[in-house]
Amino acid sequence: MGMSEDAISAVGALGDPTRRRAYDLVVAAGRAVSRDEVAQGLGVGRTLAAFHLDKLVEAGLLEVGYGRLGARPPGPGAGRPAKLYRRSESQVAVILPPRSYVEVGALLAEAVERSGADLTLQGVARERGRAASGADMWEVLREWGYEPFTRDGDICLRNCPFHALAQEFPPLICGMSLALVTGLAEGAGWPVRARMRPEKGHCCVILERDKR
Amino acid sequence: MNTVRMNLAQLNIARLRFALDGPELKDFVDGLPEINALGDSSPGFIWRLIDEGGADATALRPFEDRDDILINMSVWESLESLRDFIYHTKHLEYMRRRREWFDHCGLEAYVVLWWVPEGHIPTVAEGKERLEHLMKHGPTPGAFTMRNPYPA
Repeated sequence: MGMSEDAISAVGALGDPTRRRAYDLVVAAGRAVSRDEVAQGLGVGRTLAAFHLDKLVEAGLLEVGYGRLGARPPGPGAGRPAKLYRRSESQVAVILPPRSYVEVGALLAEAVERSGADLTLQGVARERGRAASGADMWEVLREWGYEPFTRDGDICLRNCPFHALAQEFPPLICGMSLALVTGLAEGAGWPVRARMRPEKGHCCVILERDKR
Repeated sequence: MNTVRMNLAQLNIARLRFALDGPELKDFVDGLPEINALGDSSPGFIWRLIDEGGADATALRPFEDRDDILINMSVWESLESLRDFIYHTKHLEYMRRRREWFDHCGLEAYVVLWWVPEGHIPTVAEGKERLEHLMKHGPTPGAFTMRNPYPA
C-alpha cells in the first residue's frame, strides 16, 4: 500500500496556485460546474480555465460529464450539452515517509466492531471533540475536513472525512463521527445540535441550529 | 444460465442487554413502528418476519434455551436495496445506538445474508442454518455478510 505515482502526480497537479483555486472552486460548488463558471470565479479567460480543469481531470482529481446547467430558453445553442466538472470519487493520499493509517483504521474498526465497543468509541470521539474545539465553528469543521455549508438553515457537511471506513462500517464510523461533531459543538458552545441525517454523497451528520 | 431471479434474504440476531419492556429499551421499542414502516415502504423491500398476531418479530425467540436473543429476518430485491435502507435512511440512527440495547456476547456471527429464488420466503430454521454455516466456514456464496458479499 505504498504511494503510487498517480497519487504523487495528483498532488503535483495542485502545485500551480491558479489550478489549486480552480479545484477549490469546483469542490466548494458541491455540484457539477462549467468552464465559464470557473473562468468567472477565477477571473481568467475561458481557455485558461479549461486548461487547468483538464489538467485536474488528467490527474484524477476531477471528473468530467456532459449536461445542461439550469433551465435554458430554447433557441440556438440550447441543444448542445456543456462540459461539466465535479470532484472525482477517488481518494488521494500521500504521506512521507510512508505510513498506513487507513489500513490501521480498518484493523481497529474491525476490532471495535467485533468486540461490540461502539459506545467506548463514541465516548472517546466525544471527549476528543470537546477538547479539540474552537470558537469559530466553520473553521473548526473545515479543519476536520467536513466542508460545511448552509442549507435550509441547517449546517450540512459536504465531505465525510472518514469515507473509506464509513462505507465499510457505517453504524460504527458514522456513530463515531456524530459523537465527534457533538463533542466539537459542546466544547466551544456552538448554538447547534448535531444529528444523524444520512444522505448519499454527503456526511451523515448535520448540525441543526438551536431554535430559540 | 441462471434464469430464476434471485432475491436477498437477511437474518440478524441480537442479545438483549436489558428487559425488552424496561426503561433501557424504551427508545428501541418506541421506534419500531416507524422504522418498520420505513423499511416496508423502501424500494426493493419484499418481506419481513412478523410473529403471530404482532407487528414485528420481537415476540420470537429463535433459540429455545435463550430468552434474551431476538431475531429479525427480511427479503430484499438486491443487496443495494437492503444497503440503502439500513445505511441511508433514519434506520442508521437506530443502528448507531445498537450497543445501548444489544450485544452479541457468545454469538460468533449475528448477521447472515444469502440468495433465495424470487417468491421464496425463508423460514427461521433455514436462516439459523445459514448463520451456523457462516460461523463454521466464514463467508461463502451460500452464507455471507454485508462486508463480504457474493453475487446472486
